[in-house]
Amino acid sequence: MAEDRSVAVTERDLRVATGSAARGGAPLIAHFDDSTPLVLDCEKSLAPFDIAYQTYGTLNADKTNAILICHALTADQYVASEHPITGKPGWWVTLVGPGRPIDTDRFFVICSNVIGGCMGSTGPASINPTTGKAYGLEFPVITIGDMVDAQVRLIDRLGIGQLFSVIGGSMGGMQVLEWAASHGDRVFSAVPIATAAWHSAQNIAFHEVGRQAVMADPEWRGGRYLEAGASPRNGLAVARMAAHITYLSEDALQDKFGRNLQARHSKTFSFDADFQVESYLRYQGSTFVDRFDANSYLYITRALDYFDLKTEHGGILANAFRGTKTRFCVVSFTSDWLYPTRESRAIVQALNAVAANVSFVEIESSKGHDAFLLEEAELFATITGFINSAAERHGIAPAREAT
Amino acid sequence: MLQQSPHPTSATPRVDHLLITEMVRPGSRVLDVGCGDGALLHLLAERRQVDGRGIEVARDRVNACVAGGLSVIQGDADRDLSEYPDAAFDYAILSLTIQATRQPKRVLENLLRIARHAIVSFPNFGHWKVRQQLLMHGRMPVTPNLPDAWYESPNGHLCTIKDFVALTDVLDARVERKVAFNASGQQLGTWLPITAHNFLGERAVFLLTPRNSR
Repeated sequence: MAEDRSVAVTERDLRVATGSAARGGAPLIAHFDDSTPLVLDCEKSLAPFDIAYQTYGTLNADKTNAILICHALTADQYVASEHPITGKPGWWVTLVGPGRPIDTDRFFVICSNVIGGCMGSTGPASINPTTGKAYGLEFPVITIGDMVDAQVRLIDRLGIGQLFSVIGGSMGGMQVLEWAASHGDRVFSAVPIATAAWHSAQNIAFHEVGRQAVMADPEWRGGRYLEAGASPRNGLAVARMAAHITYLSEDALQDKFGRNLQARHSKTFSFDADFQVESYLRYQGSTFVDRFDANSYLYITRALDYFDLKTEHGGILANAFRGTKTRFCVVSFTSDWLYPTRESRAIVQALNAVAANVSFVEIESSKGHDAFLLEEAELFATITGFINSAAERHGIAPAREAT
Repeated sequence: MLQQSPHPTSATPRVDHLLITEMVRPGSRVLDVGCGDGALLHLLAERRQVDGRGIEVARDRVNACVAGGLSVIQGDADRDLSEYPDAAFDYAILSLTIQATRQPKRVLENLLRIARHAIVSFPNFGHWKVRQQLLMHGRMPVTPNLPDAWYESPNGHLCTIKDFVALTDVLDARVERKVAFNASGQQLGTWLPITAHNFLGERAVFLLTPRNSR
């Protein structure tokens, strides 16, 4: 397996992007040089570029047990290992690991940072080789399709023909759908969770609020804040606060905070964070800016906004999946108002229209969109059942009991 | 190495499930509409190695089916069958479900459209116990086969075997096989006239083929 480990580049990128050096093990980096540019949907090409990724488990001799996990907007490749900046456990460690529903004793799990990201894959905080400075807004606008094309390069580099499964929630789910639509023959099974085949007007609207908050921060400096050693922390924090509300639900907020006051007995008649919910959102905003690059946030939210598998296929979503042999398991959550069940149902309808092999589960949860990241027994049971049944049909040996 | 799928149901399959299984050719593509806990799909996978799919309206049952390794979606026979393309399956099965649909005729039309054969099992409202209760007591029948009181029964469109045969004529479907069985699960002789089946059969299973397809 030929992978370059350009550690120096990675650490520099991380420092640039976040103002702090990476802790923990260096990420794996696949480097693609000028001879193999990534041709983007905007018709520009990107070269050279890096894809940072992590793997868990062992690829079997036939290379049939690889699972690609696609991450959401602000997540990264650390799906099941400690985050190098925050020191927190992997974002899906409850789902992915030894003996977990996605059992790394049985499967070879790959998770890569999306192109445009800020955790080691080439993005707006990376150095533009033609100027020697960070790309900033010179970075080309990327799409979900471009993210998937970059992943295809990585999978090729790893020498894997067909992925046993592609799994992801939210923006990760969009990548799953894109994989199934554009590279169906390389996807044996697909699990799009809490996602949609196109971004709704409401979701575009929320993203625009976030982007405007970033760009309204004078420290954003027209996108060139890195050279000035600055960062639009306030703007990005506000963007995160607004977005975070959309990841929860009214019930979840009410149950967790109600109208409780934060470490005080009465209102202060000021604009302090009197309420716990305010304090919580401020904390979410302030911790986010430590680990995320503001320009990456602009680019990745734009990629989500541009996603529309239906329009790309002549206005008929079913055309995206015509002739598919992939087995699908679509999952939604009752209280998710960002990607509500009806959007998953539209995917299922399209798959039914081409008589695809599809399972569809709506899970009762009060936790909103974030439910897909939390310990939901029913989600785990669904994924375990679907993955094990698909693995049996794919002839993947069960996790070793006798070694 | 093949592992046995976890089987959520009891070891003894339902009589109508066994009969349906016997009607299905090995290795075919099957859609079970109203698949419940997935017992029939498990049975068909085990004994007929089918490529099976299910639709079920109850969310908890759907989730249990998928957790058990079946391909099942949450959906509704009345609403969702129109999504499927023509002749997508070899068999579309409606097992003890047609009486609970809002538009049985439309559901059956869709079954005959999306599959080369439809298999339908239903409780026979012409069974003598049903007739007896209505005749003797003047009340809506409650039997082991139809256990719910009228006000909480999901069965909005009950029919007799004769009624069902009449519907197959309306839909221009050929009855390839029809089997009725009594309360103890014994099949009634196929030599018996339909009137006898209609009187003695507690449940019936029909294998239908659209005439226009042959």
